[in-house]
This record gives sequence, C-alpha cells and structure tokens, in this order.
Amino acid sequence: MSEFRTGTTVKQASSTNTNSMSTLLSGAKILLECLARENVECIFGYPGGVTLPLYDALFDSPIRHVLVRHEQNAAFEAQGYARATGKVGVCCATSGPGATNLVTGLVDAMMDSIPIVALTGQVSTKLMGTDAFQEADTFGITRSATKHNYLVKNISELPQVVHEAFYIAATGRPGPVLIDIAKDVFQGNAHYTPVAEIHLPGYKVYNEGHGGQIRRAAQMMWEAERPFIYAGGGVIAANASNELRQLVEALDAPAVCTLMGLGALPGSHPNFISLPGMHGSYAANMGITHSDLLISLGVRFDDRVTGRLAAFAPHAKVIHVDVDPSEIGKNRHADLPIVGDVKRVLPKLTAELKELEPACRAKNAAARQAWWKQIREWKEEHPLVAETSPTEIKPQHLMAEINRLSNGKAIVASDVGQHQMWCAQLIRFDEPRLWLNSGGLGTMGFGLPAAIGAQFARPDKLVFAVVGDGGFQMSIPELATIVNHALPVKIIVMNNGYLGMVRQWQTLFYNNRLSQVELSSFPDVEKLAGAYGFKGRTVESVTEMPKALEDAVSEPGPYLLNVKVSPMENVYPMVPAGGAISEMVLRPPQPVEV
Amino acid sequence: MQQIISLLLENKPGALMRVTGLIGQRGYNIESLTVARTLDATLSRMTIVVDVEAAIRAQVIKQMNKLINVLQATDVTEAPSVNREMVLLRVRAQQPSRTSILKEAEIFHARVVDSTMEGFALEVTGDPEKLDEFIDVMRSYGEIEVTRSGIVSMSLENKKLRLSPPVPTGVPQEEYALEEAE
Ligand SMILES: Cc1ncc(C[n+]2csc(CCOP(=O)(O)OP(=O)(O)O)c2C)c(N)n1
Ligand SMILES: [Mg+2]
Repeated sequence: MSEFRTGTTVKQASSTNTNSMSTLLSGAKILLECLARENVECIFGYPGGVTLPLYDALFDSPIRHVLVRHEQNAAFEAQGYARATGKVGVCCATSGPGATNLVTGLVDAMMDSIPIVALTGQVSTKLMGTDAFQEADTFGITRSATKHNYLVKNISELPQVVHEAFYIAATGRPGPVLIDIAKDVFQGNAHYTPVAEIHLPGYKVYNEGHGGQIRRAAQMMWEAERPFIYAGGGVIAANASNELRQLVEALDAPAVCTLMGLGALPGSHPNFISLPGMHGSYAANMGITHSDLLISLGVRFDDRVTGRLAAFAPHAKVIHVDVDPSEIGKNRHADLPIVGDVKRVLPKLTAELKELEPACRAKNAAARQAWWKQIREWKEEHPLVAETSPTEIKPQHLMAEINRLSNGKAIVASDVGQHQMWCAQLIRFDEPRLWLNSGGLGTMGFGLPAAIGAQFARPDKLVFAVVGDGGFQMSIPELATIVNHALPVKIIVMNNGYLGMVRQWQTLFYNNRLSQVELSSFPDVEKLAGAYGFKGRTVESVTEMPKALEDAVSEPGPYLLNVKVSPMENVYPMVPAGGAISEMVLRPPQPVEV
Repeated sequence: MQQIISLLLENKPGALMRVTGLIGQRGYNIESLTVARTLDATLSRMTIVVDVEAAIRAQVIKQMNKLINVLQATDVTEAPSVNREMVLLRVRAQQPSRTSILKEAEIFHARVVDSTMEGFALEVTGDPEKLDEFIDVMRSYGEIEVTRSGIVSMSLENKKLRLSPPVPTGVPQEEYALEEAE
C-alpha cells in the first residue's frame, strides 16, 4: 500500500512536465505522458495483442497498473476508484474480446454518471474493416454505452483526444469516455509537445443556474407548507454535500436521499428520513406523496423511485435542479427548472432563503410544524428497523451488525439483489462516497470489484464488499487481484441460498413457483479463501455472527465471511411494480389464525 | 406528425452515427436526412425528418444538443424556415406526349437534364408537397423513376449560437468547474 501512496508523485516523474520542448516519443509513451498530465496514478487493465506496445511502455512507467482477472472487473474497479474519490478512474483492455468485455461496466457507469476513461486497443489502421484477428467495431459498439467515444487512427490526434476524454468524463454530468487506439498509433513515433488547451465548441456545461429562477425557487420554498427535499446521486457527483446540508438546515425541511444519493446528507442528520421508492421507508414515501413542494436536487425521477408516475407526489409543485438539461421534464414536469451544478446552485439558493427568511419564516410556521409532526408520526409508525431472531440470522440483522461496525464511516460496496436493498435501508452513511452500488443498471458482479477499486483509492478506509451468494460467484476470479495486492477488503456474503431478489418476485407475483433461482453447490469459503491464501469462514449461528464480523474486521488482510441467513426473507416495504409509492406493502402477509 | 430537425455539428467521423443512433435506439424511422459541410469546412449542417411522438419531441432535441459533436439542434417544424427538396425524375416519353410533358415540367419549373428517344430526365426543386404533385403528374404519362434528396431546411430566425470556449489542459479535475466560472 505504501508504494501506492507515492502515486501523487506521478506528475513530477513525467519527463515532459517540466520542459515544453518537443521530444520524439512512441504513441504508447505519448499516451502515458498525457495520462500523467491528467494525474492518473492507477490503471485497471488486462493486456493483449494490440496493446503490447502500450504494456511495454507501462513497464517503465511510474503509473501503477492493476492486473484484473476479467476486463469487466477493470471497468468496475475503475468505477469503484472514481465513486470513492470523485476522480476519473481509468481502465484498459485489448481489442475485440477485451473491449467487448468492458461494455457492461461502461453502460453501468453511464447509468450512474460515473467518470471513467476506458482505453482500448484497436487493430492497425490498414487492417480495420477486414475482420482481422481480434477486430471488433469498438467505436460503434460503445457509442451508446459512453458519454462520448473516440477512435484514434493518427498519432497526432492522440494528446488532444486524451485530454478531451478526461475533461468530458469529469465535467457536466460525469460519465464514461472510451478511446479506441489503433495498434500502429501506439507503435508510431511523433514529436510530443504537451497540448495547452482543448476546444469542444459543442460541449455545453451549464453550471451556474439562472439567478431569477433561483430567487423564485427560494420564494416557493418559503411559501410551501409541506416542503420535502429529494436529493440524489447528482449531489454526490458534484461534491455538494455541505451545500446540501446548508440548504436543508436553512429551510429545515425533511429530506430523502435516493439509492444513488445515500450519504449526500449524513445518515445521522436529524432531517434525514431514508431512501424513497420501491424499498423506501413509509415516512419517505408518505412524505413525498403528501408534500406540496418537492425540491428535487440532482435526481432523475427514476421509475424505482417514483413508482406509478401519475401518483408520484400528486399534490406537489416540483423544483428540479440538474446539470443535465435533458433530465428536466423527462419523467416529471418541473414547475420550476434550474439547469445548473448543485454545487453552484445550492449556495445561491441558501443565500436567497436566508435573505427572505425574516419576511417569510413566520408565515407558514404553524403548517410546517404540523408537517414535521406528521413526518415524525410516520417514522414512528413504521420505522426501518432490523428484525432479529433468536434462532437464525435474519439478513436485516446482518446489516445492522455491519452498520454497528461501520458506524457511518466505512465504505460499503454492494452487489445487486436483496442484500443491496437491506444495506441501503439499514446501514448508515455519514459521508458521501461511502456507499457504492450499481443503481441504474443493477449489475450483478459489481460489488466485489467496486470494493477493490475503492480500497486502492482509499487505503486508509475500512472497505466492505457486501455481496449475495449469486453475485459473489460472478466475481470470484477477482479474489486473486485482492490477494496480489494484499487489499484488506472484507467480503461479506449474505448467503440465502437463492437468487433472492428474483425468488422474492416469484414468491410474491408468480405463485411461489421458484424457477431457476436456487443456488446449490456454493463453495466452501474456508477452502476457497484458503486456496487463494487468505482467511475465510462460514457462520450459521446467530450468536456467533456479531463476533465473526468483528474478527473479519480486525483481520489485517482480506477476509471472506459467508453468512448463512434465513433463506425466505423478503425485502419490505415494497412497492409492487407499477404501483403508487403510497400503496407500499409494509410487511409480509401475517399468517391467518384459524 | 413529421418533425424537421436542423442540426449544426462537427464534420467528424462518427458524428452522424451519434445523431441517428439517438433516433434509432427509440425505434423511430428517419424519413429523410441530408448532410453537407457548411462555409466552415469543420462543420456540417444536417436536416432530419423524423416521425417522433409529440410527447418526446423536445426530449429528443435536448438529447441531441447534449451530444459532444453537436453545436446546435433545433426543431424547425413550426419555426419560420424554408424547406426545400430536390427531385430527379426519369419519365418514358415518346411522341405524341413529349410536348405536353415539357409543358407540365415548365409549370413546375423543372429543368430537362437529359433527353433521349425514350424520354427525359428532369430536375426540380420545391417544397415537398409540390414535388409530390409533380411526381403524380409525371406518373400519368407512364413509367417513371425517382430520386429524392430529402428536405434541406434553413431557419429564418436569428438564433444565437453559443459555443464553448477553449479550456486549458493539465488542470486538476476539481478545478475545471472553477475555471469555467470566471
Ligand atoms: C448481471 C445480472 N444478471 C441478472 C440480474 C437479475 N437479478 C437481479 S437480483 C438477482 C438475484 C441476485 O442474487 P444474489 O446475488 O444471491 O443476491 P440476493 O438477492 O439473494 O441478495 C438477479 C438474478 C442482474 N441484476 N444482473
Ligand atoms: Mg442470494
């Protein structure tokens, strides 16, 4: 790990950084120079035929390369790195199969607006279009999987393209950018002078927000009797958590954070309710349903949040702040749109609120007090609390124990399924960039590699990978990467013996006809971890579970803990697909007494 | 209803694919598309005619404007604009219909671009409905063959084109936004 901390010296190590004289360099070296100028400290990748020249150049480069065990994981590790830090993550793959293996990770980054740059090798320019060995139309395939992509056929374009890619990935609404580079570009030589500026005339970034709209928004906030704040991943992407908190406190409104936004407002903040939506809390969903002003910040009104759109916040006017103009009015009409970066807009909003406060505060004070009283009642009526049992480990109990050990501070990278929802409901995040999950695409196999990327970025942090027994088996090859780099990731498998989330839907909506969801033949984790050279253990007893978790955490290296939980537990509350969020099912049907 | 979209975009490989991809991924069919470079050879002007549901028309335009290579996408369907199309048409024409074909062609301001014993090749521009009529009229004389250019459109409004200025490289990522604010 100490080797890694020197990553920040990359810039000094760069040979051209201090002199602007042009030097004759290979394309591969020029690429590495440009990456150094972008302060890249680490690349997650996998080599192959056409990237041989690049890997040869990497051999002498101060930039660290992490050898993954499957390219999909390279994209997820770059994402984990980016999600945990806000910096651009970088992944790399060879042409053809290497590039196509990246695609899921790119789409995932696109859906969750995560800044990564993917470098892929392409066959030599003279072979393009000839069905050459390991040729795939990466540029075409990844067109809709990226925010933007490039095909570099000429070495002279390379520096420009690399800097454009990083700029596009990191600014505005962040996202993945792919650069497909022909083998002869890596191999060619050119005089390299660092590019001083890039010019993207058609790339519009709207940051500031319209002053008049901001003022009107502040007025609407004071006029509302039942204001409600709906904050999302955009707040985290913009590093605007402090700005959000100041707004929440200035208005003193209740607030929810979406699955992508957890940690944007500290989980321990008195105004924080929970996540809203399909598996949101009663108070969150009732709050949205009854509010008269929905203050929507860096959100996209995803169907997993809104349920049936017509019944979503039916009494509310909507203020929508987003950096992406195409999100405004996409799913829900915005009564007051503000196109801008929440980082810029929220402080102005807060300032306007404070300016208007003396004149406005008293006006609706009584109504607002009643609103808070109502919210508290909803919270008390159906709180999100972890069930426990004296005889078995309830999955919720496991999450409560992880929560106890994390105490709002650990990084938790989750996979996709029931365990993800229980994590989101029951683990508190007091800071942004601690909760890493595949929200938009819902990609199984995300959790473990994301944890790896996060641990590389934050060697100081306790990192949990909380995964299902299904998703874990999609990521097993990456155990080698963990061991290679002695990453102290704590892998917690919530083992219910099923593809639990699919099983839940079959139970509830398909007459419990359990078709292809049983996961038998799960490996013995002690042997599995042992085979890779680290510790693993299975725990089945509810009395031993808390201590087993503590042991995993206190282990200096990685740990694989397989926790056998009650198999048939369902995630509640639940809004059935297409239902209104106010019509959530709160608990399993109780057995009828005869 | 058919929507006419006018785009100004960078004259670069892949730029066209990004625009058509947005339409294709929603399963909409492009009725016509024309594209050629502008006075500034680094840019192209494109006119697309597409039948997009009314409810998502504005959304599609916004998403086109989001494309890095697109400088400006405008819905000109209802805006003041001139829309013209060109038709090249071959018609079999032997005596005695040849003179009346030429008369009809004159009414539509069509030009004869080729004349043989078998017939004529005609060139005509106009608004698309006029051209439909022209084609119908010519069909009444016999076998025809038609190539249409698709609509080219020019807005008559003075829309401001806002372009992003150059950005310095080698700036730490967190500072990008600050740079822009100045
Ligand atoms: C790559 C991929 N394939 C399929 C799915 C559909 N899917 C969603 S949740 C789920 C079950 C996950 O099972 P497991 O990992 O055991 O987690 P659990 O739900 O049991 O906690 C499946 C198959 C998906 N989200 N991603
Ligand atoms: Mg499972």
